[in-house]
Amino acid sequence: MTGMTISLAIWVPIAFGVAVLAVGNDRNPALGRWTALAGSILGFLACVPLWTGFDLKSAGMQFEEMAPWIARFNVNYHLGVDGISMPLILLNSFMTILVVVAHWEVITEKVSQYLAAFLVMSGLINGTFAALDAILFYVFFEAMLIPMFLIIGVWGGPNRVYAAVKFFLYTLLGSLLMLAAFIYLYWQTNGSFEILDYHKVPLGITAQVLVFLAMFMSFAVKVPMWPVHTWLPDAHVEAPTGGSVILAAITLKIGGYGFLRFNMPIAPDASHALSGFMIALSLVAVVYIGLVALAQSDMKKLIAYSSISHMGFVTLGFFLFNGDGVLGGLIQMVSHGFISAAMFLCVGVLYDRMHSRQISDYGGVANTMPVFAAFFVLFAMANSGLPATSGFIGEFMVVMGAIKVNFWYAFLAGTTLVFGAAYTLWMVKRVLYGEVANEHVAALKDVGRRELVFLVLLAVCVLALGVYPKPLADVMNPTIQQLLAHIAESKLQ
Amino acid sequence: MDLYTLCLVAAFAPLAGAAAAGFLGWKLGRTFAHTVTILSVAVSLAASLVIFGKVADGATLDQTVYTWMTGENWRLQVGFLIDRLTVTMMVVVTFVSLMVHVYTIGYMADDPGYQRFFAYISLFTFSMMMLVMANNFVQLFFGWEAVGLVSYLLIGFWFKRPTAVYANLKAFLVNRVGDFGFLLGIGFVFAAFGTLDYAPVFQAAPRYAQMLVEIVPGSEWSLVTVICIGLFIGAMGKSAQFPLHVWLPDSMEGPTPISALIHAATMVTAGIFMVSRMSPLFEMSQAALSFVIVIGAITAFFMALIAIVQTDIKRVVAYSTLSQLGYMTMALGASAYSAAIFHLMTHAFFKAVLFLGAGSVIIALHHEQDMRKMGGLRKYMPITYATVLIGALANAGLPPFAGFFSKDSIIEALHLSATPGAGFAYALALAGVFVGGLYSFRLVFFAFHGKERFAEGGHGHDEHAAGHDDHSSGKAVASGDSHGHAPHETPWVVTLPLILLAIPSVFIGWFAIGPMLYGDWFGKAIVPTATLAEMAKHFHGAGAMVVHAFTSLPFWLALGGAATAWYLYIVRPDLPAIIKAKSGFLATLLERKYYFDEFNDWFFAGGARKLGHGLWLWGDRTIIDGIMVNGTAKAIGWFAGVARRTQTGFVYHYAFTMIIGVFGLLTWMFWRAGG
Repeated sequence: MTGMTISLAIWVPIAFGVAVLAVGNDRNPALGRWTALAGSILGFLACVPLWTGFDLKSAGMQFEEMAPWIARFNVNYHLGVDGISMPLILLNSFMTILVVVAHWEVITEKVSQYLAAFLVMSGLINGTFAALDAILFYVFFEAMLIPMFLIIGVWGGPNRVYAAVKFFLYTLLGSLLMLAAFIYLYWQTNGSFEILDYHKVPLGITAQVLVFLAMFMSFAVKVPMWPVHTWLPDAHVEAPTGGSVILAAITLKIGGYGFLRFNMPIAPDASHALSGFMIALSLVAVVYIGLVALAQSDMKKLIAYSSISHMGFVTLGFFLFNGDGVLGGLIQMVSHGFISAAMFLCVGVLYDRMHSRQISDYGGVANTMPVFAAFFVLFAMANSGLPATSGFIGEFMVVMGAIKVNFWYAFLAGTTLVFGAAYTLWMVKRVLYGEVANEHVAALKDVGRRELVFLVLLAVCVLALGVYPKPLADVMNPTIQQLLAHIAESKLQ
Repeated sequence: MDLYTLCLVAAFAPLAGAAAAGFLGWKLGRTFAHTVTILSVAVSLAASLVIFGKVADGATLDQTVYTWMTGENWRLQVGFLIDRLTVTMMVVVTFVSLMVHVYTIGYMADDPGYQRFFAYISLFTFSMMMLVMANNFVQLFFGWEAVGLVSYLLIGFWFKRPTAVYANLKAFLVNRVGDFGFLLGIGFVFAAFGTLDYAPVFQAAPRYAQMLVEIVPGSEWSLVTVICIGLFIGAMGKSAQFPLHVWLPDSMEGPTPISALIHAATMVTAGIFMVSRMSPLFEMSQAALSFVIVIGAITAFFMALIAIVQTDIKRVVAYSTLSQLGYMTMALGASAYSAAIFHLMTHAFFKAVLFLGAGSVIIALHHEQDMRKMGGLRKYMPITYATVLIGALANAGLPPFAGFFSKDSIIEALHLSATPGAGFAYALALAGVFVGGLYSFRLVFFAFHGKERFAEGGHGHDEHAAGHDDHSSGKAVASGDSHGHAPHETPWVVTLPLILLAIPSVFIGWFAIGPMLYGDWFGKAIVPTATLAEMAKHFHGAGAMVVHAFTSLPFWLALGGAATAWYLYIVRPDLPAIIKAKSGFLATLLERKYYFDEFNDWFFAGGARKLGHGLWLWGDRTIIDGIMVNGTAKAIGWFAGVARRTQTGFVYHYAFTMIIGVFGLLTWMFWRAGG
């Protein structure tokens, strides 16, 4: 295997993260900041060849890299991307740039540590998406928790310790079971940690169900699926803006990715057997969480619940086992990355000025921040799934896929058209519209140049994907077809 | 230019105009904003007219612009379907839009959001064009939601007013309820046909006539009926049909030009257009048509009744719009699609006249909308008066104005239709004609004739005070300085569009009825139906129709309504108050609009909020977090606390425990070996 494109995508941000730690200190944060910005941009550029050099006709792994790591246990440094993981790697590297831009005037304490945490995390997440060796995956998957734990625990709000510990314990407990499943599969494959070998290994139905549930514990927490979702609102509320952005835009996607990479191909029969269970949980997320979002008075909590509801579409789409649903779920993951990041950044823009996330502290913001209001309405509309924004495609395709399976799945999922618009636009109404509510709102200054950078970038992404999703779908489709064909075949003997 | 290029120009010129006004307007100023948008819409109108000419000569187009997305075995696209139905809509939309653009220069002259307003209405024109020109359901849905978005932005244009931002949220959410049905309808189309392009769907439709789907276990429904009802629920939202009509009256919170353009002439007719476009599907389902005709009849009659008691001039016109949309819907249900489109077209002109005329009065009186503070405006505003009178005559369906031809055709269609429920619809349609005459001329007499009340301060006429409290805030301020001097006619940018729209309101029915209803104008764009064939047997030209009208029931009903209005508001202006006092609950019921708003606020809005709060409090916080998550943490903590007691630190404790353990283990092993 030649080439090291993926390795660059992983190690460039990590190397820059270390460099930022080395050069940065709080008396002269500028050097650290610029180093971090350079690192994030270079990290993104390192990923671009994955897109430009991607073979659209191939459904398999591309840009593969293979090197022995722990020969004693046949553990390899094996990387590769396909149509499912490649877009997520690009999304992650793109978001890292935004997070670095967004922190600029906001984080003033332990700046270099903060930036280093994000850069290191960015590389680790890329590794998680690209790993083709189960142990390598596990290492990246767990290592990624540490920077996020620190980001919430150090730079978070007043209740940050509770939130950080809750976040850490939840995700750790799930992943331990996943490790057990990997070890079990290692014996079943006669000593292989290759994920692609796991795809092929025949398993009895009991073994499949156990493997499925073990991995489900790990990924359902990440997504998060109802009822293991309550760590997310707490984590978001306490996390700094950048933490929320990465949490919502990227780390949730690892859960969805895990279902596609592990659960469904390794345990296809169990996946089919448990699909009703998975769909039920997803629909609860869409409907129940949609209603809960309506009751929120804290903007970040509201968007956090909205995220859970939107991720319900992802898992719903996957477990429909048809091309429309899986494609819809995957596009929803990318789209939700843009939109949730945009929503959290918008709340961050307000929070930086007012130091409040309570909706009731606002009112009439459009009077004093018209440019911001325009962006906020655009992203709110995208969050409500308006056509021509990226938010529409995923929901639309999942509903199209659902109606082929069962009308009532589509019916319940479709309620998001009303609930999603209700909680999002009701928030918009209370925050943006009306007379200026108080003197704090009257004193607000509209977005500055730095803030415009990320708002414009995200607006372009949301609209471009909404108007022309074909390039993204073309990347995903061959892999999805192959995956569905694989899942359709029983592993039982 | 070839047809395709013209289509691109017609659709995208307004988008370019909107972008220019939106992004550069704040910098380059008001003149730039209105010039660039008016130019862009004028270009779009010109292109539409050229396309109209070409299509009239027999050209059609069904072409992909670009492929939007592909999947396992399908391809979704953005594309144009240009036939005679499309071009009719294109010309109506761009013409009314251009008039409204010009009118806006006068109406919004002193508004700080001038440039933003022009950007919005041009964006609306683009969205509406995408909707009518679509050759597939995805683009239709895009246009459908995009016009909804612009409607949302424009109803809430004066975003400082609490009533405006309440109304725009309500409009968007009620429309979303309709879109929910629409989306499911599209889903069934996609699931059954495997494509979302119109042409292959319509072509394959007959093969699916017998197909059944199981919605509720144990009962099977015809697939086509399910599709049609789903799509029609979307139309009920957009075209404000009972019971999803509740958003339209509140949408009057928006500036008057958009009430004319969006909430009367074009957007609200999208549902009518869509059902006509889907005529090959609807014709396959008697059940769906029956549903359509009943909903239309209820809307046409019961919304007209509310118009009688409204005192806000815009709300009278709004309820009249609801009623007229009901007529169009009835025509659809009666399989007289071309009659519906014909009424859509005439209505676009005369209702735009009524709204813009009302707007003209509103500016002349410095943003006063209450008819109780008008009266006698006839001699101060002759052009506005004349055009509003034409609008009212057309709205009441009196010959030979445009509305007569279209409304009478609909009534004729209901009479001849075989759709179950047509008899019910026919009765309500006739009753609605009387009410239509009454509310139309009530508006004319109340606002333009009689005593001049605009000079009086305060609320002199309290007999109509109820039902008016929800929209008076924010507007009363501007009327303060109007008391000193008499109102005068509005500037030419306002009156010129009025005149240009009044002309077709008079004549278009006369010319268009032959080709549109009984000729082959729509060709294959609309499925020919038995109802229309039957109607054609009774049609002997527009002139004969007018002559015949004088001996027909609808004419006398409309005239009776107008005469009643004259008697009540000119001869005996004291009577309305007496009638109202005597009618008791009935009057209150109408003034509270059948209590729909109260019910929706309490049941749906309030219920959803309560349910959400309950789920959050009990589901998330108490059960999941309180008992399961923190409970687990506490249980572990408690267990650890107990376990800690065993760590005493005394060696003999440990030794004793170990001996007991070893003893227990040995016992177990021996017992197992022995057994």
